[in-house]
Amino acid sequence: MKTLAELNAIRDQMKNRVAARREVEDGIRVVVGMATCGIAAGARPVLNAFAEEAAKIDDGSVIVTQTGCIGICQYEPVVEITLPGQEKVTYVKMTAEKAKEVFEKHVKGGTPIAEYTIGAEKK
Amino acid sequence: MEELSQNILDIAMNSVAVKSGNIDIFLTEDTALSTLEISIRDNGPGMSEETVAKVTDPFYTSRKTRKVGLGIPFFKMQAEMTGGSFRLDSELGRGTAVTAVFRTDHLDFIPVGNLPETMMTLVGAAPDTEITMTYSRDGKEVTFDTKEIRAVLGEDIPLDTPQVLIWIRDSLTEELSAL
Repeated sequence: MKTLAELNAIRDQMKNRVAARREVEDGIRVVVGMATCGIAAGARPVLNAFAEEAAKIDDGSVIVTQTGCIGICQYEPVVEITLPGQEKVTYVKMTAEKAKEVFEKHVKGGTPIAEYTIGAEKK
Repeated sequence: MEELSQNILDIAMNSVAVKSGNIDIFLTEDTALSTLEISIRDNGPGMSEETVAKVTDPFYTSRKTRKVGLGIPFFKMQAEMTGGSFRLDSELGRGTAVTAVFRTDHLDFIPVGNLPETMMTLVGAAPDTEITMTYSRDGKEVTFDTKEIRAVLGEDIPLDTPQVLIWIRDSLTEELSAL
């Protein structure tokens, strides 16, 4: 493996924040479907776009996780976003570009983008 | 799938789902012979002979949310389409190895694609699993090992920390492009 020097720097930078991070339990949850259906439809870059945006915020308030197949393969890549105290919003047919937009407007701004949700898609 | 690295992620997710402690991924390319062997091995619970016989059938799956399981059949098909081969070795209590050989000079060979993103995603899915990846081409190799990363980070910083995942992706991208 390559030089781990940069990783050392990340460790030092993160150490002080770990304690604070653990306190953020009531965070925003972003869940990306990562089964065969999701992966084949392009979920990997979608997940990693969310991870990249979450890393930029860097306070642990956004938790990006993966899940398996939720049974709506025709709508993959599927992303579920839950803000504390609110109903889950399900986004369908996501792309990395849409992910960045959703992160900006919904995760950071608090307003879901209705046209990318499963409700809009089913109409 | 559009990239073999998507198949790798998909197959390795099976190892994650059965809570394997170790997942080892090997890509071995021989440019003179125009072959690429991809092997995904785990030390998970393994499968019985009966199950092994069933998993290449698209209408078999262990999951409950849908009735088809396409991960293994896709991978097998993609190897065979190039004139390559596929094998699945598994033993209860020992683990599973999924191996496919591709002919890289065949028209139907799809590229490996974004392997760093696959590794980043896989580590994110299983931050407590020891994962290695070895890409060798004509004897030269790039290796990846979560044990080395864990040794640097210590116990307090989990491997699924976004900054760590991004480092994994970026450092692997750099190394693979130099191979």
